[in-house]
Amino acid sequence: MGKILLEMKSITKTFPGVKALDNVNLKVEEGEIHALVGENGAGKSTLMNVLSGIYPYGTYEGDIIYNGEVCKFARIKDSEEKGIVIIHQELALIPYMTIGENMFLGNERGKKAAIDWSETYGQADKYLRQVGLKESSRTLIKDIGVGKQQLVEIAKALAKHAKLLILDEPTASLNESDSQALLDLMLEFKKQGMTSIIISHKLNEISYVADKITVIRDGSTIETLDKAVDDISEDRIIKGMVGRDLTDRFPKRAEKHIGEINLEVKDWTVYHPLYTERKVVDHVSMNVRKGEVVGISGLMGAGRTELAMSIFGKSYGTNISGVLKIAGKEVELKNAREAIRSKLAYVTEDRKGNGLILSNPIKINTTLANLDSISARGVIDKDKEYQVAVEYKEKLNTKCPTVEQNVGNLSGGNQQKVLLAKWMFADPDVLILDEPTRGIDVGAKYEIYCIINSLVAEGKSVIMISSELPEVLGMCDRIYVMNEGKMVGELEAEEATQERIMAQILKSSKGE
Amino acid sequence: MDKANMKAVLQKYTMIIVLVLVTLFFTWRTGGKILLPQNISNLISQNAYVFVLATGMLLCILTGGNIDLSVGSVVCFVGAVGAVLMENYKMNMGVAIIAMLIIGTLIGAWQGYWIAFVRIPPFITTLSGMLVFRGLSNVVLNGLTVSLNSQAFLKIFGGGADCFVPDFFGMEGFNLTCMLAGIIAVAIYILLQIKGRLNRIKKGYEVDPLSGMLVKTILISAVILVFAYKLSQYKGIPSALLWVLIVVLVYGYITSNTTTGRYFYAVGGNEKATKLSGINTDKVYFIAYLNMGFLSALAGMLTIARMTSAQPTYGQNYEMDAIGSCFIGGASAYGGVGTVPGVIVGAILMGVINLGMSIMGVDANYQRVVKGLVLLAAVIFDVVSKKEAQK
Repeated sequence: MGKILLEMKSITKTFPGVKALDNVNLKVEEGEIHALVGENGAGKSTLMNVLSGIYPYGTYEGDIIYNGEVCKFARIKDSEEKGIVIIHQELALIPYMTIGENMFLGNERGKKAAIDWSETYGQADKYLRQVGLKESSRTLIKDIGVGKQQLVEIAKALAKHAKLLILDEPTASLNESDSQALLDLMLEFKKQGMTSIIISHKLNEISYVADKITVIRDGSTIETLDKAVDDISEDRIIKGMVGRDLTDRFPKRAEKHIGEINLEVKDWTVYHPLYTERKVVDHVSMNVRKGEVVGISGLMGAGRTELAMSIFGKSYGTNISGVLKIAGKEVELKNAREAIRSKLAYVTEDRKGNGLILSNPIKINTTLANLDSISARGVIDKDKEYQVAVEYKEKLNTKCPTVEQNVGNLSGGNQQKVLLAKWMFADPDVLILDEPTRGIDVGAKYEIYCIINSLVAEGKSVIMISSELPEVLGMCDRIYVMNEGKMVGELEAEEATQERIMAQILKSSKGE
Repeated sequence: MDKANMKAVLQKYTMIIVLVLVTLFFTWRTGGKILLPQNISNLISQNAYVFVLATGMLLCILTGGNIDLSVGSVVCFVGAVGAVLMENYKMNMGVAIIAMLIIGTLIGAWQGYWIAFVRIPPFITTLSGMLVFRGLSNVVLNGLTVSLNSQAFLKIFGGGADCFVPDFFGMEGFNLTCMLAGIIAVAIYILLQIKGRLNRIKKGYEVDPLSGMLVKTILISAVILVFAYKLSQYKGIPSALLWVLIVVLVYGYITSNTTTGRYFYAVGGNEKATKLSGINTDKVYFIAYLNMGFLSALAGMLTIARMTSAQPTYGQNYEMDAIGSCFIGGASAYGGVGTVPGVIVGAILMGVINLGMSIMGVDANYQRVVKGLVLLAAVIFDVVSKKEAQK
């Protein structure tokens, strides 16, 4: 037994009307990696906000004991002074500042008002080397990728002399190889004696990296699993999270009726909208049949979203060339409206940025892509709109008091359902789902899978873009593998495995 | 439950409650003078242009907090051109009116083109318009005042001494036409409410609780009746009120019940999502500014009619009145939120504060200070109450 570095004792935090945390206990030993798992809305982030002082002392009940003393943090600075540094899911870096400037923002090097730039950049370079990032600290943030930005955030934490590092969904927007590098870095830090808490939905990563796992469900601690004594397989963790065995994470489809080709692209090439000489999608050919779920697998930045959006009424890119056939007929879709008319739907990966109007109620979001069907001569039938929204709410089991509720107040999983409802109401034949289960919890994922299955059962076609390999393998009839803008492989469901897909990606990367 | 309900109702009708409180305050301070029929009549005629411009401004603001700084200058320019056409060139009134509307719309199209299709920031585009059309007004008028003599024009657009809808009954000291119009309006309003409710019940849709609907209907009917009664005691319906009513009803309907109206809210709420939903967002911006030009032309006519002349200085700060009314009336500075009735309440609140302070004899400079603080207070309230709601 090592020394207990942090203990959170019977933490209770109430918001008006809701008890977000109910008597939560957490013990973290010095030098371990402690994982915090739970469904969305279980209270993980709230707990970390209590710890870091975002919710100051006095707004919650219970005690935080850190390094043997009771702490009463009134603001983030207080907890940071003790060496507790939290890295949030959404990166908080300023694009038009250098790595060094970002790293010491609010913590500037130098005397009083004057910033000592040589010390700033000298120290920044030192910390960058510690996290294994080979960039100059004078590089602008906007010029480096998300994976590297995540490393900058960690270097920034080191610069604050972190003793307890809290990572909230650190790999949510990273590709497989960047994620792996990050996890290995965490293990490296552990060797050096750093204590970390990681919050993640990716259970395979947690099994890989964590020493202990605390499961939170509905604002209470359920259990803490210890790698040394307990079974910490993914299934075991899921059982704790949802409170039941999820024997099958992917619902079975009753019968498959795969018909003729519904959508086909040939030699599809797309250039970057700003750097017009850069090819983002390179002579891609693919098709999807009626009643079929086709997956597009690949790393972040492989060009999958770009491919999908360029097909959907040229919503991305310039200089698009190639042939697009829908139901056997060659078509040219100039904008999203024409794409919708041709019975195409694109369900974006970025539901907050590109998908939903957060400040508007569920009913308005549900009908936006197909307003014509609930209006006559430009006048909306509001009663009908309400009915439609209620119908889809019930069909998809969206959890909300009424459809008048603003979408911004819903949880991620329910927002995703509203987004799906919106596009199902547009009555498409082909749905392109871009990362349909990103950032949502296990229970909601299962429900989304069921919806996908019922869509193809109706004879629709689904193209599913996903970075989660188990999901692609579990759901798809056929899998395309994309890398660096090219289609590098096509696998039938029976022959596909995680290893095979990764092998195809890696092979093509080397071949270049 | 009841408490939460109460809070929601309070939040929804905050500005109306504030309006009532402010009116009561001035009633007290002016010894009831502010509620005299003549003052109420003046409140409408003096502020007609604000109602019209604020309605147009709402559409611009809905698209994402975009404002139009040029409206004051456009009002002046359109008025100037109209006055010169009618007085110096003796143009037929009808033709002149159409010419003015076309000019306003073309100005809107000019600015809308740059904003929507070339994506010049609205602030810059309309700042340019503000300078250009102020300058052109001076050029058209040669820096002089042109007075309007066309009685028909003055009468239609609410100017001069006799700017009221004629009374068909001729009762002494009481305008029966006005009162009847009020009663008819109430009757139509109640009928529409009942019909809508029955329709929903018939189709098996959910309806609001009857008590809530009754309270709302009775309150609104009472306000209309009292208002009509007050106006009847003076000279009846100001003709400017007709224009205001037409604009408010038409645009209220467009924003709440049509697909076009819905697009304004959607663009302001999330432009990218709207575009991916198959909506031409460029066109939405264009229409917002095109329409602003059109309504500026109407406000221009109301202005020169009320002043019975055109001068190169007319319309100054009109844009600020319109923008202020929108934000006081609950429009979001980030776009996507705001209603026509809300904006009208905002405009009336500004008007009441103006009128009340004038009757009290507050110095004009202090009046500006108060109006400025009210604007800030309204937006602070909006932002803070939203934060509360999120907690």
